[in-house]
Amino acid sequence: MGAGHAHGASRSVSDGLYLPGDTPLHRLPAEVKLVGLLAFVITVVATSREQAWAFGVYGLLLLGLVALTRLRPGTVLRRMVIEVPFLVFAVLLPFVALGERVDVLGLQLSVDGLLGGFNILAKGTLGVLAAILLSATTTPRDLIVGLQRLRVPALFVTILSFMVRYLDVVVDDMRRMALARAARGFEARHLGHVPVVAKAAGALFIRSYERGERVHLAMVSRGFTGTMPQLSAPVPTSRQWALVSLAWMVVASVAVTAAVAGDRTAWLVMAG
Amino acid sequence: MSDVSRHAQDLERPDAAPPGPTAALELRGVAFAYPDGHQALFGVDLIVRQGERVAVLGPNGAGKTTLLLHLNGILGQAAGSNAVGTVHVGGVEVSKATLGEVRRRVGLVFQDPDDQLFMPTVRDDVAFGPTNLGLRGAELEARVDEALDAVGMRALGDRPPHHLSFGQRRRVAVSTVLAMHCDVLVLDEPSSNLDPASRRELLDVLSALPVTVVVVTHDLPFALELCERSVVLDAGSVVHDAHTLEILQDPGLLARHRLELPVGFDPAAVVPRGRARPSPSIP
Amino acid sequence: MTPDREEPPVHVPDGFLDVPTSIATGVVAAGVVAVSLRRAREELAESTAAAPMAGLVAAFVFAVQMLNFPVGVGTSGHLMGGALAAVLVGPWTAIICLAVVVTLQALLFADGGVSALGSNVFLIGIVTVVVGYAVARGLMAVLPKRPASAVPAAAVGALVSVPATALVFVGLYSVGGAAELDLSQLAVFMLSWHVLIGIGEAVITGLTVGAVVATRPDLVRLTRRYRTSLLLTDADGTSREVSAAPVTDGVKRIGVRWVAGALGVCLVLAGLVSSFASANPDGLEYVAERVGFIDTAEDSVVAGSPFGDYAVVGIDNPILATGLAGVLGVVIALGVGLLIARAVRPKAPGASARDTEKV
Repeated sequence: MGAGHAHGASRSVSDGLYLPGDTPLHRLPAEVKLVGLLAFVITVVATSREQAWAFGVYGLLLLGLVALTRLRPGTVLRRMVIEVPFLVFAVLLPFVALGERVDVLGLQLSVDGLLGGFNILAKGTLGVLAAILLSATTTPRDLIVGLQRLRVPALFVTILSFMVRYLDVVVDDMRRMALARAARGFEARHLGHVPVVAKAAGALFIRSYERGERVHLAMVSRGFTGTMPQLSAPVPTSRQWALVSLAWMVVASVAVTAAVAGDRTAWLVMAG
Repeated sequence: MSDVSRHAQDLERPDAAPPGPTAALELRGVAFAYPDGHQALFGVDLIVRQGERVAVLGPNGAGKTTLLLHLNGILGQAAGSNAVGTVHVGGVEVSKATLGEVRRRVGLVFQDPDDQLFMPTVRDDVAFGPTNLGLRGAELEARVDEALDAVGMRALGDRPPHHLSFGQRRRVAVSTVLAMHCDVLVLDEPSSNLDPASRRELLDVLSALPVTVVVVTHDLPFALELCERSVVLDAGSVVHDAHTLEILQDPGLLARHRLELPVGFDPAAVVPRGRARPSPSIP
Repeated sequence: MTPDREEPPVHVPDGFLDVPTSIATGVVAAGVVAVSLRRAREELAESTAAAPMAGLVAAFVFAVQMLNFPVGVGTSGHLMGGALAAVLVGPWTAIICLAVVVTLQALLFADGGVSALGSNVFLIGIVTVVVGYAVARGLMAVLPKRPASAVPAAAVGALVSVPATALVFVGLYSVGGAAELDLSQLAVFMLSWHVLIGIGEAVITGLTVGAVVATRPDLVRLTRRYRTSLLLTDADGTSREVSAAPVTDGVKRIGVRWVAGALGVCLVLAGLVSSFASANPDGLEYVAERVGFIDTAEDSVVAGSPFGDYAVVGIDNPILATGLAGVLGVVIALGVGLLIARAVRPKAPGASARDTEKV
């Protein structure tokens, strides 16, 4: 029935990092995943940086989840390219941080800087990996329902859902304008070209704003008076909540152990 | 292809107004000016009977889209615009107090389907209208299924709109309005940018619907196939109101209002779509 | 300056700032966004239009954030868009749009740590908007009252907003950063880098606003009440410009009781509570003492003034001294604020027709 347009090879911006699948993580309702992600990340960030082994455990847990979702390592690695800029900062930290120095391979590096750099590397990477797990297994629609169910203010979630829906349209508009310029031999290479690009940005704003007005007209034409309908989605079972809570307790116990071990070591050092 | 028409015929309409003397649409002396002072309509009189299919033809800038926006109260006195004249929908005058009821009766399908598909998935969009009318649960699901079946889009219900082709989005846009069980379906350039196959599919869908239809279009063959009657609007006034065939066979009239037939097109050779008739395409 | 999808602007990841800082910024950000949600509805003519309009503007902000420009040699900076959004749609709506964009980038694109969401929303969504808008509004007080003035106002607002945000980031880092750095060095580095980015942001912002002003000046919220001046031509051909009257739409006047109440609270806090405030050094001083650069800091210029070090010289009772300094401080701040408010308010012409303009 008509050309079933399968959207081909080009991914749409409005899809985020979602990769279709039917794994346990895919089936888990978004609100459970969101709570789990937040709890995990906070616990990781709260873990003392001296206990490097703890982060290894966290990493193994996440890699287990990656295997569960059958995400390909290559895909995950490519998506983790996002964190490259702060990796640079983490690497520089031992050189510029203050405090006592230690000799490493002939270089005088700051202890605090080394620990701080490791801190950023470990926690940042774990955070990115966990976030990728969320976005790869959650459709934007599910995310919206999840936020609704977590009592995020309704207007905020609605604005977010409109943004997701029209992200594609607006970015497409922008690409088409760039294409039109390129077709006329224009390529933004230096600062003198900024006015042309800015003019396009201005036109894009007007187009987007006017589309917003038309969407509002369409909503009102179908009887909208201010309240958006609640989207339907599977409700999480208590078993699913229990599973995620259990997973978090494992993570939390690692963090607590790390904290206790850290204190012990500190006492030993002070006593010795 | 004939599955589409069959489904649409099965559309149950217990709440549709029985055919009677009350006109589906009645416009009297509608004049309108935009805030910047530009007057777009200069006193339009128009009566559309129940079940009729009327095409609104005319050059660009004639005020066709402006006229459409009066039919569900977006423009006009009810909206506080600089306007005079009255619009009645099924006997109910369009005013601030009756906007809800008017918008239930008149379904407006805009030119750009992306403006009308604003929910995360197709089903969410089709459910939007009925939800605002108060439907919930099983009744709502049934209404959504029915509307999607009428346009043959039930299988794609869980897709987000940006995963559909333009023609598919057009059809879903029509179904979002059908789901409201309106008495009058108003469409703005429904066949524009459609490839020939999608265009024919849309014609199949529209010709099988038992509702009153008002179509603004540049596509004269489309108007001839779908609508037995046409109204020509030029510079904000109705300049002609007759059988579509009669208008298309009057070259002087067409030329005066910048209307053109495709090269080689013979209006007399077209078999107009009646109602409840199977599609003329070869099975 | 091609839009590229492979390098989105990078936000603060997890682990950069510790848990207390992350939670604190999260609470502040949530509070400000909650207030903005309420105020944004008032910024639009019809409140039911808030969601689709803001959603489309947010999509626009996301799209323009893809624009990058060369900064220095071999590196590029991205547009942040806070000042641009604030000038075009007003500060409240801008805060929400940017907050939505940052939230989406964290949850849908794994850009920016989830624990750092509060910090990212605070920095990119709130500080850029507030600073950009405040500077732009301040400039409008002295620029000619017509739509074209939005261009320089927006450009300077954008220019200031970027390094200001960088400074606030340094402030956050000083409180909860991953490792101790020489803060003055960090500040200098961040500032110089972000001043360069600010220049790029200023140019793009100004030109974009200019493009909008040229076609739809009514869509630029900063100057929506002003119109281009009209040309009057006499029969003999001489012409002169007359500025059109600014549109006075229903400006909400804050009730007198509200002001009196707020003032009362300020005075109580300043007068009484301040005297019980901790005598311990605050966060930055503490860090400075530990790091060792506090002895190099010269006593501030105002140290010898009557209000130096938050006490009034000449009054021996320490509680009374601090309290009095607090009260006087509030009164002076109020006075300066009123003066600025008066300067910014447009002068109402003699017989102005009330134009209720529906946006």
